Parts: sequence; C-alpha cells; structure tokens
Amino acid sequence: MQLFLFWCFALLMLVFGAAVVLNRNPVASALSLVVSFLGLAALFMMLDAYFIGIIQVLVYAGAVMVLFLFIIMLLDFRVETLRKINWPAAIGGALVAFIFLIQVLTVIGRLSTASKPFPPLARSTTDDVHNVGELLFTNYNFPLQIIGVLVLVATIGVVVLSKRELPNK
Amino acid sequence: MITLGNYLAVSGMLFTIGFAGVMLRRNIVIILMSLELMLNAANLSLVAFSRFHVDPTTGWPNYNAQVFVFFIITVAAAEVAVGLAVIVALYRARQTTHIEDINTLKY
Repeated sequence: MQLFLFWCFALLMLVFGAAVVLNRNPVASALSLVVSFLGLAALFMMLDAYFIGIIQVLVYAGAVMVLFLFIIMLLDFRVETLRKINWPAAIGGALVAFIFLIQVLTVIGRLSTASKPFPPLARSTTDDVHNVGELLFTNYNFPLQIIGVLVLVATIGVVVLSKRELPNK
Repeated sequence: MITLGNYLAVSGMLFTIGFAGVMLRRNIVIILMSLELMLNAANLSLVAFSRFHVDPTTGWPNYNAQVFVFFIITVAAAEVAVGLAVIVALYRARQTTHIEDINTLKY
C-alpha cells in the first residue's frame, strides 16, 4: 500500500514537473508547478516530515504560485507562445539532461545504502514541529537571524527594483 | 518495500526535469520555475536522508536536515520574489521575457 502511494505521488510529481517544461502556455506551466509541489509535499509527509510538507504547501502552493501567476498576468506572453522552437538547441539540451540523468541513476545504483529500507521510528507520530523549532532556536539560532536579515534585504530589494523612476529628477 | 534509493532516484529525475527546463526553455519565467523544481529535488533527497538516519537513542529522524530544508525553502521564496522583480524591471526596459532578445553583454 505504501509503495503504491509512493509511486502514485512520485508519478504525479514527475508528470506535472515535465508539464511545467513542456507546456507552451505559462499559466498552464505555473498551475502544473503547483500540482507537482503538492505531490512533493505528499512525499515529504510519507517520510514523516509533516512540518516540511505543510510549509511546502503554504509557501509554494500559496505564496510562490500566486507570485508567478501575478507576474504572468502583468506581462504579455501572447507573442511568446507563437515563437518557433529551435530544434537543434532543444535536442542538444534534452541530450545533456538525459546524460545527466543516466549519471545520477548510475551513482545511486552503486550506492550500497540505497537498497536498504527505512529504519522504523520509535513512535508512529513524531513531534517534528517541536523538534525542528527547538533546533532552530538553539543550534541554528544565528543562521535563523541571518535568514531574517536576508528576507528583509529581499523585501527592500524588491521594492527598489519595482519602483518606477520619478518623472522629475 | 520503499528503499532510500527509490526516493533518491525520484529526486534525481525531478532535478533532471528542472535542469532540462533551464536548458530547453527560452522564456525567463519558465526558467525560474525550473530552478524551483531543482531546489525542491534537492529538498526531497535531504528529507529522505533525514528519515533514513534515525537517531538510535531517541528513535527520531535526524532533524538537522529538516532545519536545512526549512532554510532552503525560505531562501527559495526570497529568490523567487527578487527574480520576478528583476523580470518585471527587465520587461519594463525591453518589453520581452525571451532570453535570446537579452544579449547586450554578449557583444
């Protein structure tokens, strides 16, 4: 049952991930991205990482997707969809990606720990929000503060970037 | 039985899809979406390793990796916001999001 669910969510994630790349309509790409991330969140929850799964849904399906759709709505993409595909470049890129996939799968195949199943947990439900939060505020307190500064800088940067030049200089 | 290799293979495939998107697509917004796919593929393998390394004393997964994933998600969200602001500024200057039209630095 667990294996069946794993392949269901993995296929959902991979098929819609491929749809992000293959769709010529950017709105369809953005919506495929959300479905792909929902599949990924389900995989996180299968790995008992409930907190990460929840923030995956909140941040990506909530914030990032809205941002992408908003930008796509703001820009005019009608000319983009009519462009011709540069076939030699597309085939070359696909070939490079394919070789990369073969390499990754070869490395995973040679890894001795890769064929081992996951060890059982002490309890079926883990207190992962509590544990991650405790680590964040003890061991990783300094990185957390740096992340706060980073987000502040990003906010200011976005405001500066998207501000129009004043007409009277 | 689900093994660690299953998750790593799926993560590698998702990364390859994102990589192919960066290589194949010429629309800068789609390239940003493909970057997000690659970041999330890395997150998936991190969480898989976190679940794989169960602490023998407490019986819990290794939460250091999950803290790391939390940081990656935060940075990725900030990166998307800045990236999209750059794209809007670029569109305002050039009226295009096609990367073959943005080649001033090439010459």
